[in-house]
Amino acid sequence: MDYFSKIWAIMWKDIRGELRTKEIFSSMFIFSLLVLVIFNFSIDLLEVNPLDIAQGVLWIAFTFSGILGLNRSFLFEKENDCIQGLMLTPVDRSVIYFGKMLGNLVFMLVMEAITVPVFVVLFNITIYDKIFSLIIVIFLGTLGFVTVGTLFSAMSVNIKAREVMLPILLFPIVVPIIIAAVKSTGLILSGSPFGEIVSWLKLIIVFDIIYLVVSFLSFEYIIEE
Amino acid sequence: MDYVIDCEKVSKVYGNISALRDINLKLEKGSFLAIFGPNGAGKTTLLKILSHLIKPNSGTVKINGILLHDEDGEIRKNIGVVSHNSFLYNNLTPYENLEFYGKMYDIPDLKNRIAEVIDEVGLTARMHDPVRTFSRGMTQRLSIARVLMPNPSIIYLDEPYTGLDQHAAMKLRDILKNLKKGDRTIIMITHNIERGLELCTHVAIQVMGRMAYFEKIENVDRDKFESKYFNTVGEGHY
Repeated sequence: MDYFSKIWAIMWKDIRGELRTKEIFSSMFIFSLLVLVIFNFSIDLLEVNPLDIAQGVLWIAFTFSGILGLNRSFLFEKENDCIQGLMLTPVDRSVIYFGKMLGNLVFMLVMEAITVPVFVVLFNITIYDKIFSLIIVIFLGTLGFVTVGTLFSAMSVNIKAREVMLPILLFPIVVPIIIAAVKSTGLILSGSPFGEIVSWLKLIIVFDIIYLVVSFLSFEYIIEE
Repeated sequence: MDYVIDCEKVSKVYGNISALRDINLKLEKGSFLAIFGPNGAGKTTLLKILSHLIKPNSGTVKINGILLHDEDGEIRKNIGVVSHNSFLYNNLTPYENLEFYGKMYDIPDLKNRIAEVIDEVGLTARMHDPVRTFSRGMTQRLSIARVLMPNPSIIYLDEPYTGLDQHAAMKLRDILKNLKKGDRTIIMITHNIERGLELCTHVAIQVMGRMAYFEKIENVDRDKFESKYFNTVGEGHY
């Protein structure tokens, strides 16, 4: 099996386990749903323009429920010390990183794919003519979040207060991506032409690349320590 | 002489604690070393270094003549580790677990190899049940199947009898006896002196990070070994 097949095997192992328990996905989805519902009820949408707040609410739902998923990601590897079993195999450490990262990406994208329609209904926003641009922004923003999130998830898995530590470590680092994602989502929802969001998209892509390279290079040291 | 495992002056420090101090260990092909020692003697740390999981602070480790950390993948291919933790995913079945590890090891004809090793440890009937429904003994046998799959030439066993009832322990002993056949080099850490002496070709006692005693089994008086062990551990000046 080549490098990519092994990455696929790790990702599929995570998805297969999740399909049995639905532990990660159910907690992520319920949390994101709760965020949307609470914001929807706490803000009078007759007085406030939904387009002023919707993008922020959407990314709060994505990132906070994403944290729940990332927290669980390496916990499954801790069970029975599977991470050691994985490290004993003759695969490059980067295979483990990419496998776990892609698994987390799939979980988040599935959660987002279900959250967005609920968001559209609750905030009464039309997206059918903007769906393509929205998918690009959500995908790129999520990729950056998961890229560095997987690294910090591996780092915090041995810490007792990992549920607290992960967001404290992760959020300051992903702020540039979240800001760019919120801004570009806002522009898309308000009907701005695609040209206007290009600069924000470039920012997200640059940070995605930086996070991917740094995570790829540092994962080996983090996992071995 | 070519040694399969060749450690020279290996030391490992965790903060202020010296887990290993100048460990020298040479084992030939086909050796079965039983390492005894109290908790905290550094036995597991030694196995972790030998299995390439952690790096020593000083000293050199050669596996099959290759310096550890030179050819990471090649060395790991030849090493199997059975720990008191199974390294198995509870939500997956034995087949899925072995299939996953088999892919990581690039095992050819994987389906047949899985069937072979599962049969070898007597778990064919439970091949498609989730691991979380298994008893400790069954999990340990499956863990051995996981190790056997790539047919490693070196096997490390870290307290494999922990938590097993008499029946499961007997079954495990039979499996270990089979492992011993052939040219495999095996290191087993155990607190159970009787079981350790039963299978080994070499005996070692590790105390406070040092190899306090190392002898071939033919030079060991089995009846007096227990008192030898307690005397060595009790000296405590290592």
